[in-house]
Amino acid sequence: MKALYDFSILTQSIHMWLSDRYTPAAVTIIEMVLVGVAFMILFAILGLVLVYAERKVSAVIQQRMGPTRVGKWGTAQTLADVIKLVLKEPIINKEADKFLFNLAPFIIMIAAFMAIAALPFAKGLQALDFDIGILYVIAVSSLGVIGILLAGWSSNNKYSLIGAMRSGAQIISYELSVALSLLTIVVLTGSLQLSTIIESQADGWWIFKGHIPAWIAFLIFLIASTAETNRGPFDLAEAESELTAGFHTEYSGLKFAFFFLAEFANMFIVCAIGATVFLGGWMPFHIGHWEGFNAVMDFIPPIIWFLVKVSFMIFLMMWFRWTFPRLRIDQLLTLEWKYLLPINLFNILLMALVALMGWHF
Amino acid sequence: MRSIVNYFKDIIFGLNSLVTGLKVTGHYFTNPKEIITQQYPENRDTLQMFERFRGEVVLLHNENNEHRCTGCSACEIACPNGTIEIINKKVDIDGRKVKALDTFVYHLQMCTMCGLCIPACPTDAIKMANTFEHAVFDRSQLTKVLNRPGSKLMDGVK
Repeated sequence: MKALYDFSILTQSIHMWLSDRYTPAAVTIIEMVLVGVAFMILFAILGLVLVYAERKVSAVIQQRMGPTRVGKWGTAQTLADVIKLVLKEPIINKEADKFLFNLAPFIIMIAAFMAIAALPFAKGLQALDFDIGILYVIAVSSLGVIGILLAGWSSNNKYSLIGAMRSGAQIISYELSVALSLLTIVVLTGSLQLSTIIESQADGWWIFKGHIPAWIAFLIFLIASTAETNRGPFDLAEAESELTAGFHTEYSGLKFAFFFLAEFANMFIVCAIGATVFLGGWMPFHIGHWEGFNAVMDFIPPIIWFLVKVSFMIFLMMWFRWTFPRLRIDQLLTLEWKYLLPINLFNILLMALVALMGWHF
Repeated sequence: MRSIVNYFKDIIFGLNSLVTGLKVTGHYFTNPKEIITQQYPENRDTLQMFERFRGEVVLLHNENNEHRCTGCSACEIACPNGTIEIINKKVDIDGRKVKALDTFVYHLQMCTMCGLCIPACPTDAIKMANTFEHAVFDRSQLTKVLNRPGSKLMDGVK
């Protein structure tokens, strides 16, 4: 039953097909290009779908309709927005540092690309399966802040600089909580490799198996990852009412679209990590020894399971964003250093105790 | 000790208030029927404007083409931005020359819909209608004469 859907067969056959025709070096390059193109397409689709979803969710939460005019139920609205953004003039501030100004959006996108490479979408559908997968993702996903800082600095604009500095302070703080809450689960799995973490959840997801410490870790992960993606109540970096648009105030057209896309790509990545570590990644939902139920759940393809879990996490983040008012910068840092961090450290101890005594399932 | 208790009290209070907020928005999200936005051009035939909506000033006429405006200019004085102009004429009633309304000019383009003219009127001749589709192609069309041609003062109104 386990190998009902195994994408490694597909990827292996592509690899064999290429190996028969080209030299090993050319095969590696072609495969890298293929993976890159696949992720580029994925990001484009993600941007289209998530922007639409965000607008619809926010609309319904605020008792509005959201986009309704372009296409059926406004589904083509984001496509129209993309066309508008592509046709816009890329204005560069006269006093801006032009090289860094143009570089910044690419750094953010590169960080997002590097992070998504390690994500397991389904069995065998993973570009890079490092044995330090989680560490790599945590390290790489925080590189995006360099792009934000560069954008803020090179724009030569007070709003941009303040937004970028806030974003820097925020990500440095909340990176800790994200990493520590993920480590809480790593205590149980004993491995940093993402595929191993998923395999260890075949008989139940960690959020069910890990008891209270896992729930606390999940809650902290939700809060900290929302902050890390500059979203929701933590969107100080682009606080519209104070900083017009924060670090991307001076950007327009396609470069602005890159920042916008990176925000949603980062949201997807963070939610995918959460789904992988806490909710079992592409593992189907199993209940104990109900063989019939489990077989039906196995029948649903793992990629669907993965996407459902990720969209659940994304919905939670959207729900937060459109419910809570924005925090002040001092409240933001108080929340991290006075509440989340101590609770998190204590939670790891608790989880170590649980793992030592074998209280988890 | 107290500070430790307060620390956890703070957390629980904070989480509680967050859950309260989430409940409200969650209710809205799961009840899309409660959406209050109206799809305007589509529902144009069935659209009911609210009673208190102030769209434009109208001079009320009855079925005999009679209005209640005596031409006293109280509304013109009450208007803060010169939207209303009352032009009067003299009419002969029983051999006496009496002041009466000739034209009630209303400049819609200047009106801020403040509604100060309505309580200023001593004879309740004007009211705010709740029409709202005022777009026209020429600015001159916004200057309106509110009394209908051939209309006259209702009997008994002074």
